[in-house]
Amino acid sequence: MKVLMKGNEALAEAAIRAGCRHFFGYPITPQTELAAYMSKRMPKIGGTYLQAESEIAAVNMVLGASAAGVRAMTSSSSPGISLKGEGISYMAGSDLPALIINVQRGGPGLGGIQPSQADYWQATKATGHGDFQILVLAPSTVQEMVDLVSDAFDLADQYRMPAMILADGMLGQMMEPVSLPEEAGAAPAQKDWAACGHGGKRPHNIVNSLYLTPDKLEELVKERFARYEQIKQHEQRAEEYLADDADVVVVAYGASSRVARGAVNKAREMGIKAGLVRPITLWPFPADALNRAASHAKNLLVVEMSMGQMIDDVKLAINCQKPVHFCGRTGGMIPTPAQVLEQIQALA
Amino acid sequence: MKDLNILFAGFGGQGVLFAGKVAAYAGLIENKEISWLPSYGPEMRGGTANCSVCISDNPIGSPLVTNPNVLVVMNLPSLDKFIDTVEPGGTVIIDSALIHKKVERTDLNVHYVPSSSLAEENGLKGLSNMILVGKLFHEVCAAPGDYQFSTPETLDQALQKCIPPRKAGMLDFNRKAISLGAQA
Repeated sequence: MKVLMKGNEALAEAAIRAGCRHFFGYPITPQTELAAYMSKRMPKIGGTYLQAESEIAAVNMVLGASAAGVRAMTSSSSPGISLKGEGISYMAGSDLPALIINVQRGGPGLGGIQPSQADYWQATKATGHGDFQILVLAPSTVQEMVDLVSDAFDLADQYRMPAMILADGMLGQMMEPVSLPEEAGAAPAQKDWAACGHGGKRPHNIVNSLYLTPDKLEELVKERFARYEQIKQHEQRAEEYLADDADVVVVAYGASSRVARGAVNKAREMGIKAGLVRPITLWPFPADALNRAASHAKNLLVVEMSMGQMIDDVKLAINCQKPVHFCGRTGGMIPTPAQVLEQIQALA
Repeated sequence: MKDLNILFAGFGGQGVLFAGKVAAYAGLIENKEISWLPSYGPEMRGGTANCSVCISDNPIGSPLVTNPNVLVVMNLPSLDKFIDTVEPGGTVIIDSALIHKKVERTDLNVHYVPSSSLAEENGLKGLSNMILVGKLFHEVCAAPGDYQFSTPETLDQALQKCIPPRKAGMLDFNRKAISLGAQA
């Protein structure tokens, strides 16, 4: 039978079942249940739970653990993710896999503690300094939070880069029924690049992000961007809901996609051809799904819990071929289905 | 069944979140789609607390209940805050021992249950919330009608799911509270 779990706890349990035995974190609302859950579970299964002295320390512990070849993760909420930015950039520059979870709250600054999606730009464009991307996955249900955790670890390992799950306070705090995957043991560390002790049997591995020779650094960054192109081709994910014949295509991810789906259903009941494209990967951005839906749509409507951050990617993805409109709330406010429906009606 | 959106509201510490969890588990046992969303943060520590529970045959959209079909309310600030948001024809269940005000709207089914004094009189201190859950299931969730999704048996199973083994001794007190609520 399914169990009822909070999103934050489901993320933690899913990570353990994906073979993660190393969690480094620091408490912050609305993410704290994740760290609390790890603090109870990890010692029982021979894993490491460590509450660091700060978010910066935690993310650098993840870097160290990952460099040694194990599955490692950290989690936080918006202000804490800003602090982790440096470590994430270092991991990207060292080609290290890791999972970072952001249970977003309102910002900027300390902001508030209610749900928000105002870290889209940070997650997809500038988690830290330098030329790099990270994988960004956006679940919209507690079940999907579970499913995407193991996918995020696998993708991070496959492409040797950090992956982020971009959630929000609503998804973290709510409970829904979930089926959990079978309990797996710790993921084996079979990473031939890992710095985990060589016993004199092979040349030693070095994990590093410092390259003082510009042409060497350029070569490495270009190699990384060639990998990013592969990811853009093969890893785009989106859910297309009633989008085949839609005149108004709503684009929303995470918690706001739930609100949007409700509005789309109401619009259909009223005879309006509305549909939803829900990006599941925010990077790579699912341009293919958007182009399919936009090809016959009259209008697109982007719904976000921010002042409008994903909207630019939607316009770019479809090359501004159709008008793209915006509906959103910010600061911890959540748009209502009625508010979205009103805009759908106006655009139909 | 029709989509059932319940809002439980009161002070932090009255068991508003637990009451919602029991209702949500009853939905889970009946194979319904469900969601449970608490208010969180400073308001839980002595201020007003509330929780949204959605129960449906279809996947839940927004888990935030802005227009409840049913409002279960345990303090006056929450009644004042939410009474105008209840859907016309909806049900309101009130702890009338703590809230002395009457509902002015005439398009609602209002049940006044003096749950906190009933709890006190019956040695069920702290279980005013479960008396109101008993009433909720008796009038809505397990009563013939558009919103019926459960039975008293399912409610009891849900209760067993929500009470951890180390508090197993509380089970019978909770059952007594639910039964008092059903009769109130």
